[in-house]
Amino acid sequence: MSTAAIAPELPRESRMHYLNANFGIKSWLFTTDHKRIALLYLGSITLMFFIGGFGALLMRIHLLAPEGWLMSPETYNKMFTMHGVVMVWFFLIPSIPTTLGNFLVPMMIGARDLAFPKLNLLSWYLFIAGAVVALAALIAGGVDTGWTFYTPLSTLYLTTHVLSTATGIFIAGFSSILTGLNFIVTIHKMRAPGMTWYRLPLFIWSLYATSIIFVLATPVLAITLLLIGVERILHVGIFDPALGGDPILFQHLFWFYSHPAVYIMILPGMGVVSELVTCFSRKRSFGYTLIAYASLAIAMLGFLVWGHHMFVSGQSAYDALIFSLLSFAIAVPSAVKVFNWTATLYKGSISYQAPMLYALGFIGLFTMGGLTGLFLASLAVDVHVHDTYFVIAHFHYIMVGGAVMAYLGGIHFWWPKITGRMYPDVWARLAALIVFAGFNLTFFPQFVLGYLGMPRRYAMYPPEFHWLNVLSTAGASILAVGYVAPLVYLIWSIRYGPPAGANPWKASGLEWEESPSPPPTENFETIPIVSKEAYHYAEGIRAHP
Amino acid sequence: MPTPDIGNAESAAMEPAARHAGLQEQFEDAGQQRSAAELGMWIFLATELLFFGGLFTLYIIYREIHFEEFKQGSHLLEAGFGLAMTALLVTSSFTMAMAVRSAQIGKRKPLVAFLLVTMLFGGAFLGLKFTEYHVKWTEQLVPGLRFSPGGERLQGARWQGVEMFMCFYFFMTGLHALHMIVGIGLLGVLAILSCKGRYTEGHFTPIENAGLYWHFVDIVWLFLFPLLYLVRGA
Repeated sequence: MSTAAIAPELPRESRMHYLNANFGIKSWLFTTDHKRIALLYLGSITLMFFIGGFGALLMRIHLLAPEGWLMSPETYNKMFTMHGVVMVWFFLIPSIPTTLGNFLVPMMIGARDLAFPKLNLLSWYLFIAGAVVALAALIAGGVDTGWTFYTPLSTLYLTTHVLSTATGIFIAGFSSILTGLNFIVTIHKMRAPGMTWYRLPLFIWSLYATSIIFVLATPVLAITLLLIGVERILHVGIFDPALGGDPILFQHLFWFYSHPAVYIMILPGMGVVSELVTCFSRKRSFGYTLIAYASLAIAMLGFLVWGHHMFVSGQSAYDALIFSLLSFAIAVPSAVKVFNWTATLYKGSISYQAPMLYALGFIGLFTMGGLTGLFLASLAVDVHVHDTYFVIAHFHYIMVGGAVMAYLGGIHFWWPKITGRMYPDVWARLAALIVFAGFNLTFFPQFVLGYLGMPRRYAMYPPEFHWLNVLSTAGASILAVGYVAPLVYLIWSIRYGPPAGANPWKASGLEWEESPSPPPTENFETIPIVSKEAYHYAEGIRAHP
Repeated sequence: MPTPDIGNAESAAMEPAARHAGLQEQFEDAGQQRSAAELGMWIFLATELLFFGGLFTLYIIYREIHFEEFKQGSHLLEAGFGLAMTALLVTSSFTMAMAVRSAQIGKRKPLVAFLLVTMLFGGAFLGLKFTEYHVKWTEQLVPGLRFSPGGERLQGARWQGVEMFMCFYFFMTGLHALHMIVGIGLLGVLAILSCKGRYTEGHFTPIENAGLYWHFVDIVWLFLFPLLYLVRGA
């Protein structure tokens, strides 16, 4: 019986693939294989996610009591800054592009690797260098500017580790730029014969749009952080009103990067959802071209809405009016996507595998986050809820309910391809439901809190907000369970999971149809010739019988 | 006789021969590799444009806010210095273009020579630049470190605006000089590789890309020069 169990294992294990092509720590640290680099990134950003998430959990525990009981207000300030810096720059921005993107861009377009494999490895080292510098600053005592580094607070008044944290972000920024550059060139130049632009999976379109933002927005952040450094070291007044500078200009430059950065976080997630929705409803994507163009439209319009962060910062009323209008405009391509996903589901043969649960969760939560974004884009409403928990809830619905849900959905979807193993489906479905429930319990009360007037970034609050805060903290602990569970069963599956086979979901796409799981180092035996549209699903056949 | 071994050795020797020596394994052919490298370079230059763009934006806005002081600050710079540096850089761009042309038609000696001459002009530019910095240092016009202008040239000006102008002067030209240093280093490496005969008629993309970078840095200076040295009224 034992021999029978081992016998079918042998041929599978003897096949060469990217994981067993060579061994040892050097074969990983000096690899130029995009799939291995994706796994290096996966490990690093998972670590950062749990560091940032732990900070969030501590904050929620602190806010269990109205007067705050766990830490001093100063520590609380450092805690939310740490949470923001780690989550934004070291998890959300690199999350989907550097892991799933790195793994899938060459595989989906039928290439052997990215156009610049060494640059790809360099970008991982830059990311690690930036993360180490930023984490060292946090361990050395932390920084309490908030993740936005507003001047003159960050340049004049604080003696905390502003400079070293900013240096870490500056370095990590170049990692983003190189990744974006690599993707754009790869998508333009490395497509397999027959892989026309309109046969590309929508995930590729969304990463293309994301990469445009990477290369055009990140340099502006870099120069802004450099100027903060110059101002702090030389005590000159670039942003200091006492020396003739203008602190609002800092906000303009900062949000010129950081608003498009929001779309860096959500666009790849939208791409993942397009893949999941089509696969698990066995249908072509409704409105393929519209979704593809919507990605580009979001990338373009994303550069024109930064002023909506500054409605109460003293910019002119006309500016505010235009930025408000443009912010409404960017809701259109986002809504185009949501309607198209919904139309794809309509009359589809839907099956509720774990990745699909995440995708459906994404659609609902992203819609909530997007619609409350319209509240905030309206000038008068924004004045009322500005800097309250309403804003916190809004962007967490996008960042966590949207981006993280899509990230987890994508990891679950492509895990069999990445590792060659299946994870226990029951656990995965349960975890998806726990995440969904925990998320809503955490953040929905924050909409109410914000509307009632609870300001963000305070270590304490009036007693009348108590029960809503308790609900939110309870939700956060449930959410934590939902995030730890995949860590456990996915790692378990690497060793004990059943072999997945080349295409366990019967999905379309070159990575599924033309390559085994895990793929060989060179991705394809011969470069495939593409003759079909993306998502050529025969309707009526489910992903799982 | 170990026939299978010979067979293996032959096919192993055959395979790289079928591909061009400089062709990396992720590419199917040299044309793909070349156009990928070129597109990559143009995208890199786009990021550089945005990098400097933030600075230019700030400069223009502050010039509007502190108009008189920026005018006064500009008068503290010697246009002659700027003009000489501009002449050096424009000439270096010409020699760089000649280097690229030499690479395209596969002339190794002119290629190395033009690269070296370009480096020389770049070095001369940096020499002038640092001489100018030194002059500013002795005139006590370095913001933050040594800024106590006492001369009558500054009378009537709010010194903060002037200090900010000098701050932008040092930061923008400093960043530009940093790009020049990187560029000269890059040309140095390419000159050595060209000497060794690495670049041929069919494979000269690195030279072309270095040329694009060099011209870009040159163009940045062509904007810095008038903005800092020339636009200052009477």
